[in-house]
Amino acid sequence: MAVPAPGPWQVATVEKLWRETERAKTFRLGLVAPSRHLAGQHYVVRLTAADGYTAQRSYSVASPPDDSGEIEITVERLDDGEVSTYLHDVVVPGDELEVRGPIGGWFVWRGDTPALLVAGGSGIVPLMSMLRLARRSGRSELVRLVVSVRSPDGLYYARELPGAETTVVFTREAPPSSDRPAGRLSEDDLRRVLVPGATAYVCGSSGFADHVTGLLQVLGFPGERIRVERFGPSG
Amino acid sequence: MRPTRDFTGRGGPGRDPKLPPGQYDIGSDWPVLSAEATPNLPTSEWTFAIEGLVRNPVTWTWDEIRALEPASYEGAIHCVTTWSKFGTRFGGVSVDTLLAAAVPLPSASHAVAYSHTGYTTNLPLGDITGGRAWVVWDYDGRPLEVAHGGPARLLVPHLYFWKSAKWVAGLRLLDHDERGFWEVNGYHDRGDPWLEQRYQGD
Repeated sequence: MAVPAPGPWQVATVEKLWRETERAKTFRLGLVAPSRHLAGQHYVVRLTAADGYTAQRSYSVASPPDDSGEIEITVERLDDGEVSTYLHDVVVPGDELEVRGPIGGWFVWRGDTPALLVAGGSGIVPLMSMLRLARRSGRSELVRLVVSVRSPDGLYYARELPGAETTVVFTREAPPSSDRPAGRLSEDDLRRVLVPGATAYVCGSSGFADHVTGLLQVLGFPGERIRVERFGPSG
Repeated sequence: MRPTRDFTGRGGPGRDPKLPPGQYDIGSDWPVLSAEATPNLPTSEWTFAIEGLVRNPVTWTWDEIRALEPASYEGAIHCVTTWSKFGTRFGGVSVDTLLAAAVPLPSASHAVAYSHTGYTTNLPLGDITGGRAWVVWDYDGRPLEVAHGGPARLLVPHLYFWKSAKWVAGLRLLDHDERGFWEVNGYHDRGDPWLEQRYQGD
């Protein structure tokens, strides 16, 4: 299904920002020309130096579609990242950033079909927009979210994650309260959350995405109903 | 656009002039970006076809296409997600060789490259002729990995890399432009990195 072309570049004002984890911050941006996004879409942030040099990166929207005229993006700080280090180390509320979006029409969930959301680490961001949309519209029964993360201190949105529709899998270090020992996401973890007729949305590193799509196919999940968003070292 | 407060970035006189605007040199990495599950495509089942507005629609098997005159590309590739990679070496066959066998009709102006996965991307015919596009199966002297589109992918290195369809299955020649997978989803119809044609309207 086609989506409209993204709007032109516009100025966004950083309304608020807060830390999600030691390495991740969420930025709430007020848009001059807001356009309602679809859960799963992203915006591009463009930084311009005094000499005209620019650098731009894509960041998924974490907030659900709404009419607030504001969006939230969550950015992981990559030590060698040109844009993420600026956003983390320099930006303060009131700063203006140039953005363009929303972009993407494939890795989107429109809120009315069964969806299996599988996130690796920071890959949770676009899936959080989907979970928040489901909860806000009273359709939580449509979604299952599985988040794979190394340890509790790396988990984004931790306060919002407990819920009947969510599962958090710790791969290296599980909290004492967890009844699942730390370990890689397994077939069993996914078998429990399979919903007939669902579309799977898998977001994470390339290795994670391959691992999950492999497990899903072993479980008989049809390949054509798996949508993948991978990220590499693109900071 | 006025400058972003206190942003200097990696521009300035030290910037490599071989880098298109907004791109950075990723070095030896080669990130994988694809929207679908990686397919399992045995070469025994792989085919490549040229169809549409051609005089002789042709389909090559794996062995047949590899028997054609070999051609190679050495140089940079540019991904719309802003990394560029220098010094890549690909081996395969020139799209010119394939088109010469199929003989495009005079009315053909555009092509849709399509993959065994169902992925599509649109290209002006002028961008895949004249020694600027290949179907490749070797990377750096070794078989192209499946994650990077193996057994074979399209290679159109002067455009953003989503135009270089992985797991390519063929080209369909048309007398008009018909948007592919990412283009329908907001990405540019041509995708020239030097013009920074990332999204529709750029």
